[in-house]
Amino acid sequence: MHDEVMIDTLARLVNDDPAIVRWGRRMNETFMVEVGEEQYLIKVAEGKISVEKGPFTQRAWRFAIRAKRDAWKKFWQKTPAPGWHDLFGLLRRGDVKFEGDQRVLMAYLQYVKQVLAAPRKA
Amino acid sequence: MKLEPIVGRYAHIGKHRIYFEEAGQGIPLLCLHTAGSDGRQYRAVLNDAAITKHFRVITFDMPWHGKSSPPAGWQNEDYRLTTASYTVMIMEFVRELGLERPVVMGCSIGGRIVLELALRHARELRALIGLQTGAYVERYYDPSWLDHPEVHGGRACGAVAYGLMSPLAPEADKWETVWHYMQGGPGVFTGDLYFYQVDGDIRGRIGEIDTSVCPLYLLTGEYDYSASPRDTEAVVARVKGAKFTVMKGLGHFPMSENPEAFVGYLRPVLDEIRS
Repeated sequence: MHDEVMIDTLARLVNDDPAIVRWGRRMNETFMVEVGEEQYLIKVAEGKISVEKGPFTQRAWRFAIRAKRDAWKKFWQKTPAPGWHDLFGLLRRGDVKFEGDQRVLMAYLQYVKQVLAAPRKA
Repeated sequence: MKLEPIVGRYAHIGKHRIYFEEAGQGIPLLCLHTAGSDGRQYRAVLNDAAITKHFRVITFDMPWHGKSSPPAGWQNEDYRLTTASYTVMIMEFVRELGLERPVVMGCSIGGRIVLELALRHARELRALIGLQTGAYVERYYDPSWLDHPEVHGGRACGAVAYGLMSPLAPEADKWETVWHYMQGGPGVFTGDLYFYQVDGDIRGRIGEIDTSVCPLYLLTGEYDYSASPRDTEAVVARVKGAKFTVMKGLGHFPMSENPEAFVGYLRPVLDEIRS
């Protein structure tokens, strides 16, 4: 399910939605998303993304967002339940970890939130 | 053209120049905005004819917020809201405007301070309404990023506020709520969060609240994870007589993220207070 989301649909859902792309149009960074054990690198170029699946051995990223499969599954529901509807909601529950350069994450927080919530539109 | 009944004025109170808006006549209903935002959040309440028929609805922008000024010399100090400064600000406003036994309704930080008002000023108030009330919230993210020269404060504050709303909120209202957050001055949201996450821990004292002196109504949107229904339940468990309602489909900013749904919950409370 997570490959389907991360590899097959995420880039399309983001790149075809100008309302998401505009929030990231100054962003040129790579960040890591972990869905359970699986790693995905999301490369952002002026708000458009490409996604690559790990495992990776020697790859750099600016920040990483890590959560269990079940947490992402709940986060990606079309209408998520209370507490599962936002990355910071997961943060308060202790169901997500933000690692790496927090400055970049916070600078592009609105964009990152909308990118990672995009699967809800599928 | 449509003119709203809301009128705005400036009041000089102590060292502060305070902007406030009001509409309606009757029992004063003072509305307190959330951290890092301003009184525009209560526009729907001020414009609700069923409410303003019986209530004089008033909302002020706290100093540093909205159209209120920071005091002279603001550039030399960090802004930090405390339980003491917040309480004094509210009660001075009540006294200076001559509001007689007002109802005070606050959201988030405002939902917290109504607990303090219940402890210290119950006899001066007709009723208290806490929206998104919790006695305390631990720091689950680092708010210093909301006040950092290398992070756009408006964008970061907006993104934090965005997530606290319900996915069911109407898009236009949700994004206007975000916009208010984007317009806050540097360090203001963070300074308010000092009260919310540090100084304003009221867990040890809420058991002393006497709701027979001043009724306490608590309304909490179910999608709020900052002051969640569970956080409000913890307050209700310790405050005898507090009346608690969970607002379905609403988040941390009920009055501005979904005004129509919110006034549906507020009107019966105001009817009960009035009767």
